[in-house]
Amino acid sequence: MKRLSIQERLALDKFQVDHEEPHITINKDICRRCVLKPCTFVCPAALYTWNGEDISFDHAGCLECGACRVACTGKAITWNYPRGTFGVNYRYG
Amino acid sequence: MSEEKFDCIIVGAGPAGSTAAYELARQGLEVLLVEKGDKPGSKNMMGGRLYCYSLHRIIPNFWEEAPVERRVEKEELSFLTEHGAMTISLDNEVLGEAPSHSYVVLRADFDAWLAGKAEEAGAMIATGIRVDDLLWAGGKVCGIKAGEDEILSDVVIAADGVNSLLAQRAGLRGELRPEHVSVGAKSVIALPEKTIEDRFCLRGNEGAARLFVGAGTKGAPGGGFLYTNKESVSFGLVFNLGALIKAGVSVAEAVEDFKFHPAIRPLLEGGEVVEYSAHLVPEAGLAMKPRLFTGGMLVAGDAAGFVINTGFMVRGMDLAVTSGALAAKAVIAAKEKGDFSADTLKIYEDFLRQSHVYSDLEAYKNVPELLEEPDMYTTLPALVVDILTDLFKVKGNPPERVQKMVMRHIRQKTSFWKLAKIGWKGARSI
Repeated sequence: MKRLSIQERLALDKFQVDHEEPHITINKDICRRCVLKPCTFVCPAALYTWNGEDISFDHAGCLECGACRVACTGKAITWNYPRGTFGVNYRYG
Repeated sequence: MSEEKFDCIIVGAGPAGSTAAYELARQGLEVLLVEKGDKPGSKNMMGGRLYCYSLHRIIPNFWEEAPVERRVEKEELSFLTEHGAMTISLDNEVLGEAPSHSYVVLRADFDAWLAGKAEEAGAMIATGIRVDDLLWAGGKVCGIKAGEDEILSDVVIAADGVNSLLAQRAGLRGELRPEHVSVGAKSVIALPEKTIEDRFCLRGNEGAARLFVGAGTKGAPGGGFLYTNKESVSFGLVFNLGALIKAGVSVAEAVEDFKFHPAIRPLLEGGEVVEYSAHLVPEAGLAMKPRLFTGGMLVAGDAAGFVINTGFMVRGMDLAVTSGALAAKAVIAAKEKGDFSADTLKIYEDFLRQSHVYSDLEAYKNVPELLEEPDMYTTLPALVVDILTDLFKVKGNPPERVQKMVMRHIRQKTSFWKLAKIGWKGARSI
């Protein structure tokens, strides 16, 4: 049995990425001051990474669970569902 | 579209929304069921099991036509340490007796089927539409706004899931608190039908439901799950979000690491991951319940926080179905009266109070307190696994008396006082 990276796992899912209107935006100034940075480990898709200076984030691959939104008590994350038809499309669910 | 006015607009084609739409359409009401996904079910996921009794009351013997996976006749609860597992296993055909039985389901197909039933009954379904806001008139909700479209209705039922942005917009709920929700991540792992039957000792359509406490979550409050589908297993982890923030465990890493636990690996060997998914689970029950109604609007299903996690079973869909049906009943009562004010719609809460939804939530309301006890995930699994290991191991030394051995483990790992405290909390909560 092979260990799958998160990228390999997300590649198995069907996404319709909205390139015009990301459904999540972040205020990186708040992130710089955040001590715990829970988004970097609670996101099941591991879409948030801290590079030592900034949080980098990519909304493609988002599973739309909302964990980041609830965990981010500093309110750096503006969260919505993707526009209709965009985002993840579960085939099993 | 703005010329038209519906009796009821339901947002979200999950079990609560589709049940409400089905019930209302059957009574001849003009119903619009709005779903943001490409098709109903395409945004929905859960660990895996539906208890049948509630939907059976709406659609008798629904399992004969619905896309269900395996009927659960084997229940297992395991306590895990890093290397070991102590499992309580129950096999009983009685578990499979209708209608108090349960099926493993995959939500993409199941939810599409249920929405299809609502459509057959006469509900109009609009997919691929994200509802952005509510429309208000005279202090009451009177419809929805989706992009440029404004659609009117007497009542809106928000069945838009755990994140319910609509309940929030209506001022019925504040922000979700991390300690009130769990985050779940799951892999659907394809395995041949025969392999599943052999590995889990199942015959035909029988299924197994397994829950895991301990090492899977790396000692953080939460647990693992494994449900057998026909030709795959649904496998993953759930973490209480509040505790996870303190523990600092990576969900994406932990759920993959868990596949390689010595008690899990042989079950999954040779399987092929075909999908990876995630969701929040509302787990605080009545403690997180929003206001359930306002003028022209009701809240049902996960949006209302109607989930029960007892530690040994997780229920959400069955409560969603009942709350959707009762929301429909309240809308019908309001329509007969011709009044959709909060004063009339509050009958929804009365219906819920008289139903199993409230009695179930009330009965298990102390469980979250037990489940936040850190010892449940570290000390307890270590205690049971190590005591039983010493019991079964032959070392060739003079044997230690069992009583002495048990005391030694308790003293090493915890104290009688702490154990008694957990026991007391456990007895109080279930």
